[in-house]
Amino acid sequence: MLSGWGRWPVVPGHELLSEDLAAVTAGATLTRGLGRSYGDASLPAAAGARVAGSRLANRVIGFDPDTGILRAEAGLALHDVNRTFLPRGWFVPVTPGTSFVTLGGAVASDVHGKNHHSAGTFGRHVRRLRLRVGTGAIVEASPEVEPDLFDATVGGMGLTGHVLDLDVTLRRVPSPWITGETEYVPDLDTLIEKLLEAGRTWPYTLGWMDALGAGGRGRGVIYRGRWADAAEAGGRALTWPREISFPMAAPYWAMSPFGLRWFNELVLLRYGRGVKRALMHPQTFFYPLDTLLDWNKAYGKRGFTQYQCVLPHRSGLPVYRKVFQTIAARGGAPYVVVIKDFGEEGPGRLSFPCPGITFSIDMPVDGGRTQGVVDAVNDIVAAEGGRVYLSKDAFTRAEHYRAMDPRVDAFNAIRRRWDPDGRIRSALSVRLLGDAA
Amino acid sequence: MKRIAIVGGTKGIGRAVARLLAVRGDRVALLGRDAADLAASAADLAARAPGDPPATAVLDLARPETYDAALDEAIRRLGGLDAVVITAGAFGTQEALEADAAARERVLSTNFTDTIQFCEAARARLLAGGGGTLCVLGSVAGDRARKPVVLYGATKAGLAYYLQGIDLRHRDAGLRVVLVKPGFVRTGMTAGLPEPPFAANPEDVAPAIVRALDRGTPQIYVPAIWRLVMLVIRWLPGAVMRRVKF
Repeated sequence: MLSGWGRWPVVPGHELLSEDLAAVTAGATLTRGLGRSYGDASLPAAAGARVAGSRLANRVIGFDPDTGILRAEAGLALHDVNRTFLPRGWFVPVTPGTSFVTLGGAVASDVHGKNHHSAGTFGRHVRRLRLRVGTGAIVEASPEVEPDLFDATVGGMGLTGHVLDLDVTLRRVPSPWITGETEYVPDLDTLIEKLLEAGRTWPYTLGWMDALGAGGRGRGVIYRGRWADAAEAGGRALTWPREISFPMAAPYWAMSPFGLRWFNELVLLRYGRGVKRALMHPQTFFYPLDTLLDWNKAYGKRGFTQYQCVLPHRSGLPVYRKVFQTIAARGGAPYVVVIKDFGEEGPGRLSFPCPGITFSIDMPVDGGRTQGVVDAVNDIVAAEGGRVYLSKDAFTRAEHYRAMDPRVDAFNAIRRRWDPDGRIRSALSVRLLGDAA
Repeated sequence: MKRIAIVGGTKGIGRAVARLLAVRGDRVALLGRDAADLAASAADLAARAPGDPPATAVLDLARPETYDAALDEAIRRLGGLDAVVITAGAFGTQEALEADAAARERVLSTNFTDTIQFCEAARARLLAGGGGTLCVLGSVAGDRARKPVVLYGATKAGLAYYLQGIDLRHRDAGLRVVLVKPGFVRTGMTAGLPEPPFAANPEDVAPAIVRALDRGTPQIYVPAIWRLVMLVIRWLPGAVMRRVKF
């Protein structure tokens, strides 16, 4: 059985794991990495379809310390890149909130992170890709060579071909530590104001909102960070925390609104009021949940979804509030809400980020209710000219998606050029992009 | 700093072990069939562990005539030999092996005859150098005959017997034997099989293997929970084993 990180949907099938990605992708309909996309992006279009798994193809091919360019096989995880290169003064240029993402997956989702306003998406730092396209041919693509194929592959959800290896420029850092600040904010207005303000001087920013407590008015915490300089770090050596596994699927009542309310109160209590500054471990700052492996099991057997959308700046607070009111009115439980401002849109043809405010909202899957919540919020997002993040999505309907993203037809046209028979597809491309199952 | 030759170090558990050894500063030689694959893994280790790049030497377990040249080359490049690690092996489900004589031959000879032949050559080299550690991957499947892994389990049981024997015979001369018994590890070898409980990734089990290699622990289970699981399974009566599916 295969599923994404949300453990919903679950489909029959298995991935073909091999160190030899070029061999195992021949004849495959899709390649998946560590399966960290939440919904159906890494799932086969039809039962029995051949899905290659890239995570054993994790060799470093070469690293140039003069330029910071890392050439590696597509299955290498950011986790491994950081542990190998951070002690030598290099970090991935862009990282999502988990390091358990392969380089190939980071390209396919064109991932963004706390530094989107200052560094763009992951794809901006990729110099070259080698991929097996739908015809079976192996093709090199870069911003200069086959630029259409390159731009469609960046953020293309793995639908343009199987990425075999790639070049990405790592970021030079003055120390392996983060100088971080947290600040309590009383409501959503202040949160967004402070987030935008922080982005003008800090390379890494993020907002966390308590959507449950205090009537959902949006108390929260702002995180700001930058790499500590040598003096601030004081030569402290970096050791990585030991990871622990979540043992089994939690019972359905474990993640109840009641429990989460207290969890949120504890988080807020920890950060207190006002501004706190500290030298932070990069794991704590970038990947707070990575230390607890398989934390998705906390949501139990029914699984969960993370709904992430971006709304343009012109939408403003009344629309943002309407999103949370709509979720609450339909009985959705927004357990974890993360807020971030996006910078400029990149060249990725189907890439998610565009200027505006993005909200990512974790919700347990709850029968038909979740579909109703997503439909209702998608009405708002489509009307406002926003869009949803396909790497998180499991519930959006094709009509909504097409209304939000007019780029689909141009993207599909590039796909067809490299895959005239439509061999490469996923459960997501069947659901949203009009592919045959 | 130890000087360690690894057979099977380009893939799966061997790859994860080779990385840990190289990163902590051991001198590593990769032995295997495919020169291009060896070179790619050597480049990976070199990028992870600045310092002398690892050595490589072509070795085919199925061809004993390649053993001497490969071991000579490893000893020459490493400047000696403190340990030999063998993680290479072949797997097939019982159904697949019953249906295919060629696959059966491959699993039986790779895991038993070829591995033991190479162990004999490696043991002789280690003893000639004053002693050292021979670390070999067996399997929990060698602990008790079970329906889904009859042939594979038999090869690993036979291999375990051999390793116990050379431990008894050559320990006083300075040979340390480490038998590693992995449970289900997600590698190319197990791809497509239904996952039992306690499935692990290669990088999860590598640290314990390196620890056992350092200490000369005669036998370890990885992940450690399998010691308990196999203790129970070994004590199940035959009448029960005939009924259960695992």
